[in-house]
Amino acid sequence: MPGKKLKRTSLYASGASVVNMLQAVFYNQDCIVYDLEDSVPLDGKDAARFLISNVLRRHRPEDKHIQIRVNGIYSIYFEEDLEAAVRARPDALRVPKVETAEEVRTISRKVAAIERKAGIEEGSIKLWCTLESHIGVLNAKSIAEADPRVEALILGAEDFTASMRARRTKEGPEIFYARNAMLMACRAAGVDAIDALFPDVNDVEGLKEDAKKSKTLGFDGKTAIHPRQVDIINDAFTPTQKEINYAIRVLDAIEEGKRQNKGAVSLDGSMIDKPIVIRAQTVMALAKAAGIKIGGDYYER
Amino acid sequence: MSVNSLGRELPETIGGHKLVPYAGPFALTPPDSCVSSKRKLALLRPGESKMKASIKDAILACGLRDGMTISFHHSFREGDMIIGQVLTVIRELGIKGLRFAPSAVINIRNPSIVDFVKDGVIDRIEASGIRGQLGDAVVDGLMDNPVILRPHGARPRAIESGALDIDVAFIGASSADEYGNATGLIGPNACGSLGYSFIDAKSAGKVVIITDCLVDYPCVPTSISQQDVDYVVVVEQIGDSEKIGKGAARVTKNPRDLLIADWAAQLAAYSGFFENGYSFQTGAGAISIACTNYLANLTAERGIRASFALGGLTAAIVEMFQRGLIRTIQCSQCFDAVAARSLTTDPNIVEIDNSVYANIFNKGSMVNKLTFGILGALEVDTDFNVNILTGSSGEMMGGLGGGPDVAAGAEVSIVTLPIVRGRTPSVVKRVFTLCTPGETVAAVVTEAGIALNPKHRNYGILKENLEKSRLKLVDIEYLQKVAENLLGVPKPIECTDKIVTLVEYRDGSIIDVIRQVKRL
Repeated sequence: MPGKKLKRTSLYASGASVVNMLQAVFYNQDCIVYDLEDSVPLDGKDAARFLISNVLRRHRPEDKHIQIRVNGIYSIYFEEDLEAAVRARPDALRVPKVETAEEVRTISRKVAAIERKAGIEEGSIKLWCTLESHIGVLNAKSIAEADPRVEALILGAEDFTASMRARRTKEGPEIFYARNAMLMACRAAGVDAIDALFPDVNDVEGLKEDAKKSKTLGFDGKTAIHPRQVDIINDAFTPTQKEINYAIRVLDAIEEGKRQNKGAVSLDGSMIDKPIVIRAQTVMALAKAAGIKIGGDYYER
Repeated sequence: MSVNSLGRELPETIGGHKLVPYAGPFALTPPDSCVSSKRKLALLRPGESKMKASIKDAILACGLRDGMTISFHHSFREGDMIIGQVLTVIRELGIKGLRFAPSAVINIRNPSIVDFVKDGVIDRIEASGIRGQLGDAVVDGLMDNPVILRPHGARPRAIESGALDIDVAFIGASSADEYGNATGLIGPNACGSLGYSFIDAKSAGKVVIITDCLVDYPCVPTSISQQDVDYVVVVEQIGDSEKIGKGAARVTKNPRDLLIADWAAQLAAYSGFFENGYSFQTGAGAISIACTNYLANLTAERGIRASFALGGLTAAIVEMFQRGLIRTIQCSQCFDAVAARSLTTDPNIVEIDNSVYANIFNKGSMVNKLTFGILGALEVDTDFNVNILTGSSGEMMGGLGGGPDVAAGAEVSIVTLPIVRGRTPSVVKRVFTLCTPGETVAAVVTEAGIALNPKHRNYGILKENLEKSRLKLVDIEYLQKVAENLLGVPKPIECTDKIVTLVEYRDGSIIDVIRQVKRL
C-alpha cells in the first residue's frame, strides 16, 4: 500500500468529441478513460481511434492514469480498436464485458503482439476488466488472476443487473453480492477493485451515499459518468482529517512500542493488532497520494 | 497618433474631437462644472393631456430635427419592438443624421438598424455594445463616424458631462398612466427595472413614454415619474414577452462552466474578504448564474449574510435572497421574469438608477462598495487585460456592460472564462480589443487553474489566503501556454487603418479603438 497511486475516480471522455477529450484533462479525476465503445457512434469508430491516438500523442495528460476503453472482445471493432489503442500507449486498456480468464489471456497475447511490433515494452500496458454479467462475477477470481496485466476489475452494474433479471436501484441491494464477490476476488489476486457508477448525475446526495458505501465495502475507486461526480467521489475516497489523526496516533504508538521493545501495544485501552496497523498505513498512503499535507515522515513508514 | 498607458495606439483627434488617452482607472478627475442637462421647464395646466395618438404625433410634438440625439433603454432585449417602430416613423418623416444612443447592446433584426444607417436616418451610434447584423456591418466599415462604446457607468457620466446630450428619450414601459408615471415591473410585457432610463428621463430635452398597457392614474409602482415625462403614447405592442425573458434563466449543466463557477465562488470564500456583510455582483452568463448558486451555499455554510447584491438581477440571486442570505438587492436591470417579479414583492429588492450603480463622477457609485465582482470575458491577456467585445475574427460579440465599472470598484474582481472556446484560445498574449484594464482585475479563473494578478491592489492578501486553500493557483503565463499548446496561435486579425469604434473607459478616456477588419 505505501506509495499507492490513486485510482479514486475514472471519468470517460468520448473519442467522438475532440472538445470532450481536451476538456477532460482539467477535471480532478485520477483516471481518464478515452472511449471507443458506447459514446462513439458505429460509423465514427475509425475517426475516434484516430482522434484518441492524436490526443494522446500531442496532449497526453501528465498527472492522470490513462486508459482507453475498447469495444467488446466479440465485436467487429475489437481487433482494430486494440491495434490503435495499444499503439497510443495508454497505461491500461479498459475491456468491457469480460466473462472468462481465457478471454483475458487471449487479449493479453494480442496486446503483447502489438507491443512487440510497436516497440513498446512487453507487458507495460495493463488491463482493467469490466465484469458486466453474472458469469463475469462468478469468474471474478480467475479473471483477476488470469494474467499479470490485470491491474483492476470494475463492476458494470447496469448490464450485470440486466443479466440477473434484477431491477437497478439507487440503494443497490441487487448488486450487493456482486460487489463483495468481485472485491474478494480482487483482494485475493492483489488487484484494484473499482465500483459501479452511480447513474443519476443530478442526485448529489445519492452519489455521496453510494460513494460512501463503496469506500466502506473496501473499493479503491469508482467510475464517474459526469465531471460533476468527480469531486464528490474523490472526497469519499480521500481520508478525512479524523482518519488521518487516528492513523498517526496508531503509527506513533507502534513506534513507541518498538522503542520500548513491547510485544503488544495498546491505544486508548485497546490492543493495536496488525489489521489496525495496515489500515493506518493505507490511510497515510492515500493521504499522501491525495496531496494532503502532513508533517513528519509518516509517508515513509 | 498617441499611445495610452496600456500601449494602445489612438489618433489624437477624430471627427474634430480630441481624444483623451486612458491613463489609469482613476487618473482623470472631472472638470469643476455643473452637470449638463437638456431638461426644460414646462407648464401643464389642469385638464391638459400628455397623451399623443401615435408615435408620429409624439415625435412631431417633441420637435425632433435632423442631427439630434435619441435614446432608448435596452430592457426589452431581443424582444424590443419600440426602437423599430420609432425609427420607422422617423424615416417616414424624413428626419436624418440622428445620433442613436441606446443604453446598451441592441440587436434588433426586423427592421434592421443597418437599414436606418444606410438610409441616413442614423449617422452616429453610441451604446455599450453592438452585435449581430449591425455589429458585422460596423466592423466592415458601415459608418463614417466611429461608433462609441461605453460601459454602463460611463453613459450617465457622458450624459451629465454633456458629451451625450439627449434631445428625445423614448422610454418603453410595460405599464404607464396618462400623465407619464411608468414602470417596467408590471403589465403583460414586463421587463423589470428601468434603471437605465432614469438618467435619460432626468436629462433629455423631451421624454416620451411608450406603453402597451395604460393603467389608471397614478401608475404604481412608479419607476419613471410624471414630472420627467412630456408625452405618452399607447401602441399595440412594446415587446415580445417570449424574448424579453421568460421564467428563470436556466442553470447550466456544462461541467466546464460549473467547474469554473465553483472555483470562482471558492476563490471568493477563501480570499480573506468573505465575511458577514460582504457584497457582490455576479451577472447573467451561465458561469455567473452557477457561481451565484455556489456562493449562496458557501454563504450558508459559513453562517454569514451578504449585505447587498448589485446590478443585473437573476432568479439565482432572488433565490439566494429568499434563503435569507442577502440583506438587500440593488437592481439596475432584470435578466429574467423571476427577477422582474421580485421587485414588486419585496421592499428590500430595490430598483436603482444606473448612475448610482456605476457612474465614476457622481460622488461615489455603488460599485465602489462591492466586495466581489464576478465577470465574464471573451479574452484575457497575460497583463490581465480583458476583451468583452470582439470575437476570434474581430466580430462584435457583446457589450461592455458593467464589467469595467465592477472591476474598478470591487475589492476582488474575478474574471471567469474557459481557457479555450471551440477552436480559439481565450487566454492570449494580447487581447484584440482592450475593454477592462488588467490593473483592475484581481484574478482570472479558468478550468486549468486560477491566476492572481500581482499588480492588483489586493494581491498580497489574496495570495496569502488562497495559498492556504486547495485551489489550483497558477501564473497567467501558464494559462496562456496551456491554451496555446491545445490550439496553437491563431493567425492575427488583419485590419485597415479606418477606425470603426472607439472604446471608452469609465472616465471618458479612450482605452482602445477597433479598426475595420480586412475581409479576404
